[in-house]
Amino acid sequence: MTNNIADIDNCKTMLVIGSNTTEQHPVIGTRIRRAVRKGAKLIVADPRGIDLANIATLHIRQRPGTDIALLNGLAHIILKEGLEDKEFIANRTEGFDEWRKTVEQYTPARVSEITGISVDDLFTAARLYGGNKPSTIFYAMGITQHTVGHNNVLAIANLAMLTGNLGKPGAGVDPLRGQNNVQGACDVGGLPNFYTGYQRVADDAARAKFEKAWDVKLPPTPGLTVGEMLQAAHDRKVKAMWIIGENVAMSDPDSRHVVESLNTLDFLVVTELFMTETAQLADVVLPAASFAEKDGTFTNTERRVQRVRKAVNPPGEARADWQILCDVANHVSRITNHGAAEWSYNSPSEIMDEIASLTPSYAGISFARIETKGLQWPVPTQDHPGTPILHTEKFSRGKGLFSAVEHQEPAETPDQTYPFTLTTGRILQHYHTGAMTRRVPGLETLAPEERVEVNPDDAARLGLNDGDWVRVTSRRGAVESRAWVTDRVGHGLVFMTFHYAEALTNALTNTAVDPIAKIPELKVCAVKVERASR
Amino acid sequence: MPISMTINGKAIQAKEGMSVLDACWANGVSIPTLCHHPDLTPMGACRLCVVEVEKMRGLVASCTLPVSEGMVVHTETPKVVEERKFVLEMLLSDHPNDCMTCEADGNCELQNAVYQYQVPWKPHKGKTHSYPVDGDPNPFVFTDFNKCILCTRCVRACAEIQGRNVWGVANRGFRDKIVAGADVTMLEAGCESCGACAAYCPTGALTDKSSRGSGRAYQMKKVTTTCVYCGVGCQFDLNVKGGKVVKISSNAKAAVNGMALCVKGRYGYNFIHHKDRLTKPLIKKDGAFVESTWDEALTLVAQKFAEAKGDSFAVLASAKATNEENYLIQKFARAVMGTNSVDHCARL
Ligand code: SF4
Ligand code: SF4
Ligand code: SF4
Repeated sequence: MTNNIADIDNCKTMLVIGSNTTEQHPVIGTRIRRAVRKGAKLIVADPRGIDLANIATLHIRQRPGTDIALLNGLAHIILKEGLEDKEFIANRTEGFDEWRKTVEQYTPARVSEITGISVDDLFTAARLYGGNKPSTIFYAMGITQHTVGHNNVLAIANLAMLTGNLGKPGAGVDPLRGQNNVQGACDVGGLPNFYTGYQRVADDAARAKFEKAWDVKLPPTPGLTVGEMLQAAHDRKVKAMWIIGENVAMSDPDSRHVVESLNTLDFLVVTELFMTETAQLADVVLPAASFAEKDGTFTNTERRVQRVRKAVNPPGEARADWQILCDVANHVSRITNHGAAEWSYNSPSEIMDEIASLTPSYAGISFARIETKGLQWPVPTQDHPGTPILHTEKFSRGKGLFSAVEHQEPAETPDQTYPFTLTTGRILQHYHTGAMTRRVPGLETLAPEERVEVNPDDAARLGLNDGDWVRVTSRRGAVESRAWVTDRVGHGLVFMTFHYAEALTNALTNTAVDPIAKIPELKVCAVKVERASR
Repeated sequence: MPISMTINGKAIQAKEGMSVLDACWANGVSIPTLCHHPDLTPMGACRLCVVEVEKMRGLVASCTLPVSEGMVVHTETPKVVEERKFVLEMLLSDHPNDCMTCEADGNCELQNAVYQYQVPWKPHKGKTHSYPVDGDPNPFVFTDFNKCILCTRCVRACAEIQGRNVWGVANRGFRDKIVAGADVTMLEAGCESCGACAAYCPTGALTDKSSRGSGRAYQMKKVTTTCVYCGVGCQFDLNVKGGKVVKISSNAKAAVNGMALCVKGRYGYNFIHHKDRLTKPLIKKDGAFVESTWDEALTLVAQKFAEAKGDSFAVLASAKATNEENYLIQKFARAVMGTNSVDHCARL
């Protein structure tokens, strides 16, 4: 997020696109509802009638996979109405004139045709976002989990720059990061192309710095992404894997392919709390400590680094991941004799000190400083107070660059055999593959089973009643579960979660990825829906 | 412009727009309250916070009285104390004498005030109400409106904190009652089971269902930590008793969320001590997992990993693990295993 969560109070207009905030980021959802209670305008752009749509000033339902057309179309109208921020464009950005040529092609009539949104609604949305400022855009996986995910994000940035909605209170671009520490895992280098703080492995100076700090020669070429690892395992190029606390057999697209890939490995180690679908495929399973059983930090979606504290002991012989890592590293080093010193960390606090010493944006962070209140990075020095709002004076690259992006259809669109679009997501009561939440009895009472959302008109045509069993089939697999007949979804759209192992939604989804961000297109695939015979 | 005023004979400075209650609290003068909560719109309904103000007639509720220049306030005069006792007596005249087993004991603002002013509980005379205990099927919020003092903190918490409008006040029989929607179940009235109403309820009328009977507030060790579910980063207190996490409670100082939490954060903790937790390393032998020692497992893992050193090896880090752990994971991949093939589910 460019801005902090509390800054939501300063927004006059909020555009929520591709985020079911109430269910995925519930407490941010309540902040948005509170802002609306106090008079802020809310535009919800979502194919589904999500909770926030009920209180929105305007709800527009774009056809899934047409966000670029929509965003370019809003920019087009803003320009036509003279609502752009000329000063911001002149002083803080570049590439405007080039980009303008592209959005000029996105006339309201054409955009309406592509997205299915009426011209009137496009005007209302553009006038609100561009005219009733400061405005903030919130987005999540509904924007990124597309083959055009990267371009979707650029289209959002263009719209924000056009209206000068960046770098000030109430004006920002706020991607809502999904899992509790996905921000932190990226920040500290859990990515194939970056060391900590987004320092590139391919950059000689950065690599030299880490070689010196770690006293070892480091490989210069970026590694494989999750999807590429699984493919490489399938092709027998990757032979051994260690999966730490992720349930890829359920969370990743095309589950059958994932399981095949993991089964092809010579050796798979999984560290887990529970015997998950992925752990079952392992050669060795190591029992890990839960968040309540260890010390450390998580970094939230507003870049705030906060303490996690040990409250109880792990069960049996389960151990914290950091301890397991030290042991495995030292055991391997002894065998391979690669000469580096033994890892001898006594506590997570010492590890954070090492992160801070190597990472400019974390340089001023230590356990002592965040004892009572977390800090928002960048925190470049020991006395820096943290950074609630980014880009107040300049962007990381200096000037903000307008990047022309064009509408492109999803990798898989409905056809005669697979006439429906399936989109996936989560619900309030469960989390991800359910390893934790499905073991909480009350949450199971509230949400015991998968329910495929089907539009009432489609249901009528298929002869489906609410609660009937349906079979959903894609080119990759089939899943049966009960139907929820509801106008939360529009015509031709069905929605499923990936929380339930007994209704393995990711058996259906497509592995097609965005060429740059490598994010799979989990938000769109083509399926067939029929009544199931049970 | 700071405002000069006097509280119990002491000259103090207050900020314009502050209430007399806030000015007292800010200056270490304690005033008991029931319907008031700093996060919620003041109501002036319970009249426990009354004070005497010179040149003003009668007793005034301090929570809704703005400070003004030269104001002279007395917070514990005999008249004030008498009024507070009267308020509490009235509440007790229709309140069960149930502190022994009440879930809120030790964490009840009514109990604290009654104790402070030593108001005796007397057997009820005349009409009292009787509502079904645990009358709502919500799996997480336990209702007992026999203990409700009609402070409307639940109504305001649901509306102002959670942005829902589940609770309202309805006239039922000889007394008002708190009802969900049009007197339906909480879930039917649009409840998201966030537990805010229970967290803000000053009595035992609304409490957490899943931790009933597991310990008194004063028996718990509270450990502040960060939620394990989504990226909002809410903080809260793990309540520990007998080496177990038995409850999660709001921590008003939490930077991101204050007292607010969602259903998963507040109530989704039972997995921690679940019987399915893995407790020993497991090695697959002939297709079945066999328990092993850490030594045996680590030796095997290290040997196999060493054989795959370089780009035959890949590791998936975790968006659930801590920063320190993820740092070590990528350091392990790069420095020990000689590969940059480290990634996690950032894209899911
Ligand atoms: S649990 Fe939350 S949503 Fe439900 S009634 Fe209480 S405050 Fe409202
Ligand atoms: S239920 Fe609790 S919070 Fe609500 S009015 Fe009654 S005592 Fe107050
Ligand atoms: S309490 Fe709910 S909203 Fe807050 S971090 Fe946890 S899951 Fe997210």
